[in-house]
Amino acid sequence: MKSLESILANHPFFENLEAEYLALITGCASNVRFEAGQFIYRQDEEANRFYIIREGKVALEICPPGKKPITVQTVTDGEILGWAWLVPPYHCQFDAQAVELTRAIVLDGKCLRKKCEEDHTLGYALLNRLLPIIGKTMEATRLQLLDVYGVQD
Amino acid sequence: MAVKMDPIIQSPMTPQLYRVEKVIRETHDTFSLRVIPKDDSGARAFQPGQFNMLYAFGVGEVPISISGPKPSGRSMIHTIRDVGTVTHALHGLKKDQTVGLRGPFGSAWPIELAKGYDVVIMAGGIGLAPLRPALYALLEQRDQFGELSLLYGTRKPEDLLFTEEFEEWRGKYGVQVKLTVDTADSEWHGNVGVVNTLVQRVTFDPVNTIAMICGPEVMMRFAVLELKHCGVPEDQIFITMERNMKCAVGFCGHCQFGPAFICKDGPVFRYDQVKQFFGIREI
Repeated sequence: MKSLESILANHPFFENLEAEYLALITGCASNVRFEAGQFIYRQDEEANRFYIIREGKVALEICPPGKKPITVQTVTDGEILGWAWLVPPYHCQFDAQAVELTRAIVLDGKCLRKKCEEDHTLGYALLNRLLPIIGKTMEATRLQLLDVYGVQD
Repeated sequence: MAVKMDPIIQSPMTPQLYRVEKVIRETHDTFSLRVIPKDDSGARAFQPGQFNMLYAFGVGEVPISISGPKPSGRSMIHTIRDVGTVTHALHGLKKDQTVGLRGPFGSAWPIELAKGYDVVIMAGGIGLAPLRPALYALLEQRDQFGELSLLYGTRKPEDLLFTEEFEEWRGKYGVQVKLTVDTADSEWHGNVGVVNTLVQRVTFDPVNTIAMICGPEVMMRFAVLELKHCGVPEDQIFITMERNMKCAVGFCGHCQFGPAFICKDGPVFRYDQVKQFFGIREI
């Protein structure tokens, strides 16, 4: 069975991270499992955790009043779920619900946030890894907003 | 003695009469017409990626990609979105009614070139229609190709085309079929997000891959970026372009795209040959 540290060390998100930091991050990590339909976090909750999805699928949903929830993005194997833990005001913006049985590694974002404040090299290393994910998400959102498959005038 | 040719019959501007064999409702706004020549001689041979001009009598003519059938079929299938006057008239056609047809026209997907390569097919919306004959051709000679992937995105789950064929493509032929939609409710258990995010979710060897992309230009632009980011060379990426086509044979110039005419030089282009014109708003 692979140890948490080796799983994290082999994940692209932590690629080339110094061993000292990897050990620190592993100390903030644990395995979790969510059944299909289970909520991982809810909109407006404090964002204290983030997840590396090992296997499964998670829907990010928003629920307009009186209507069915709308899924705006799914996160699946190998991807990172949640970045609000590192960006003020540290609140979740969506509901995250497991679409199917999902296994993940949860990381204590609040603890890591504190470590990042104390050690800016670690903070820079994590931001450097998180920013491309945020950028990709923004790019995808813009494309979705364009509604390119809709009827064009 | 030279055989005299009938100038009317031979003209590429003269439609042939085809009979509607079947009308297939695909989605709420998209349908397929399976047509066969009225003289039952069998449809003309076509290559995957080519298109026909379909003529709704008294209304007008539109370019429509050929979306089938499987290689053994005698008819031709055209998948059409009901968005304008002519397509709406075509939507009104019933079995055994007549439609005018000119074609097939244009360039084809590089099936021969792809032999020995992995193939990644990326489709957006109705863009799967012109790619389906390519997929049929690949599956007919499945052992000639490496990994086959179909990455397909639409606006909503109910807009997905040809869903009844996905399981066969997956199960029988080992195609990595990945679907995504821009938005969905909780009844959809598939992916939500843009189609280029699927590139990372399939297995292929980038330098040994031929990619074929069809969809809205904005979607294709980001699909190309993602494939290039993964290491697929530009000269192994093929896209299909769309412009206002009228004559379909390079006479009228309506579909000029830089130095090329989409109707006769395209619609399928190798990306590196058109990239300098791709995304220029004035073209």
